[in-house]
Amino acid sequence: MSRTFLGMPGRALERGFPANAAVAVRDSQLRFNLRKATRTIRGKRAAVVAELPDWEGLRQAGKAIKDHTLRNLDRYLEQLEAAVTAAGGHVHWARDADEANRIVADLVRATGETEVVKVKSMATQEIGLNEALAAEGVTAYETDLAELIVQLGDDWPSHILVPAIHRNRAEIREIFQERMGEWGRPAPEHLTDDPRALAEAARLHLRERFLSTKVAISGANFMIAETGTLVVLESEGNGRMCLTLPRTLISVVGIEKILPTWRDLEVFLQLLPRSSTGERMNPYTSTWTGATEGQEFHLVLLDNGRTGVLADEVGRQALRCIRCSACLNVCPVYERAGGHAYGSVYPGPIGAILTPQLRGMGSELDRSLPYASSLCGACYEVCPVAIDIPEVLVDLRAKARHPRAERLGMAAAGWIFNRPERLALAQRAGGRLRRFVPKRLPGPMSAWTDTRDLPDIPRESFRDWWDRTGGRTGTERQDGGAR
Amino acid sequence: MNARDQILARIRGAVAGAPDVEVPRDYRGATGPDAGTAEPRPIDLLAERLRDYRAIVHVVPEAEIASVVREALARRDAARLVVPDGLPPAWLRPREAEALPYETVGDDPELSADDLDRVDGVITGCAVAIAETGTIVLDAGTGQGRRALTLLPDYHLCVVRADQVVAGVPDAVARLAPERPLTWISGPSATSDIELDRVEGVHGPRTLEVVIST
Repeated sequence: MSRTFLGMPGRALERGFPANAAVAVRDSQLRFNLRKATRTIRGKRAAVVAELPDWEGLRQAGKAIKDHTLRNLDRYLEQLEAAVTAAGGHVHWARDADEANRIVADLVRATGETEVVKVKSMATQEIGLNEALAAEGVTAYETDLAELIVQLGDDWPSHILVPAIHRNRAEIREIFQERMGEWGRPAPEHLTDDPRALAEAARLHLRERFLSTKVAISGANFMIAETGTLVVLESEGNGRMCLTLPRTLISVVGIEKILPTWRDLEVFLQLLPRSSTGERMNPYTSTWTGATEGQEFHLVLLDNGRTGVLADEVGRQALRCIRCSACLNVCPVYERAGGHAYGSVYPGPIGAILTPQLRGMGSELDRSLPYASSLCGACYEVCPVAIDIPEVLVDLRAKARHPRAERLGMAAAGWIFNRPERLALAQRAGGRLRRFVPKRLPGPMSAWTDTRDLPDIPRESFRDWWDRTGGRTGTERQDGGAR
Repeated sequence: MNARDQILARIRGAVAGAPDVEVPRDYRGATGPDAGTAEPRPIDLLAERLRDYRAIVHVVPEAEIASVVREALARRDAARLVVPDGLPPAWLRPREAEALPYETVGDDPELSADDLDRVDGVITGCAVAIAETGTIVLDAGTGQGRRALTLLPDYHLCVVRADQVVAGVPDAVARLAPERPLTWISGPSATSDIELDRVEGVHGPRTLEVVIST
């Protein structure tokens, strides 16, 4: 546990992605953990996706359903609001994180409770709900195993699906042993690092809390406009505990999580489990409509930058995302740099296009995120809703402000390429001076050669060679002469 | 402007002039019930897929449900079993008025969470089961009870009738009523949060036993 935590947002935000990643790749334990985990999950996903002969059909349907929904988002949100209200639920709207946190804190305070249990949710991570509630004297207990590991370890999530992916079993055992007692029931004595024993420790630690806590906070994977139904997919049963037992349920959900019809679930309940945990189906899926089994139900609809993303013709496809994390698991950059380097709750390829769009490109980090990719395209290939992540990355790169040296270099290159005679002159000059070209460029341009080799400059350009020979190779000319 | 109106206005501004899209539904089960495969039969595929999740599965003729249930409960040493309203009595007793070697507990008046935490198990029926994904779906209907009944006891025994088994997810979605609270169950409670390796048994029932009647 002596290892320095990497890229905790406070620090990660001050530096660009390359600096964060440079620290991360020197951590061999982190690289080992990530390599092991991402390889396991890649294999599982590939196997269960290959089982379905109609996977591409499902993928195209998923993409189109999301695009149609986003185009008509206003109408579907109004329909959803009406359906949830008719089913006895209460709907709240939040323009940004502060407004959402305020609404939730007021709802919790109205119950008179000071403790809430939480189902894993990206939306509440995004708005920093736990910290906001703590400032109001309310303790939020994470109940998902990975979230629990992160919370107990005073750590930051590094993966969308498995926030503690950067931790191995031995580290998790240590966190449980040292910290569980501060939050509730301590870890059993002689706890081993067998995953079964660790899962059992989490079960015991949270059991009493599930039975006694009166307020729960969740997100949702899907909301059905037509019926007002919310859907949560999970594995452990902590979701069912939070959704079923407490008297009050508050769900904070991004406005883009909506699907028009009940029927649309037939597509997404196939796409999501196979893409995320690599299972034919996740162990538990809960659906509920409004106030259920005597519960009080509040839905908080969250914008927090999403309408800004929606306005961008290229970038809006990022709002199709169903948070499966398949793109993280296949990404060669994520596998080496880890999630913390991205300085956002949304790491990996989807984070590289979502974070700068949601947060804007004001900081060094957010400007650097569109470059956290080799543009290999593996993320696009596995995306269950066919988000063309490389396309958005390139588009965002064009939007970010570039360094002065790069701008000057590009302007000079543009001037040369603009006229054939300028290019020919430059090529000839390059060919003559090739012996004097240094291995590393001087001054501000050295940043470019730090990570790249300069290409070899040929003695003669193609155009000059063509003018000289007419395109004939040495052998052909000899043959021609003999004829 | 209040938050609701402002968000809706932002959306309208953002998508103005954007083209709409037709949804292609080029997948199995999109145009009507999916017949599934002749071999294996849907009930056998369901059994195989449930076993993949490490559920205990029996495929038996309807007349043998009660004896399989009895043996299963005896193996568990179950002394107190939750039995929701409307569960077919013949699943517990092949002959009426036969004495049971365990105590049955009903949910009327409602059992407290602590009560449910202390019983040895629960037996239910289901609404639908999906062969391809190895999933049973409960809709809190007759013989299933409210959601907490299958959540807090550590052992869930579920009886599936052959006519409840569908081939794929689209058939299940079409059969289910969205206004009912649904619980889709695919194996015992599990987690992949430690090194992305699946282990069974976290907060939900750690043992799922399924009896499929032919």
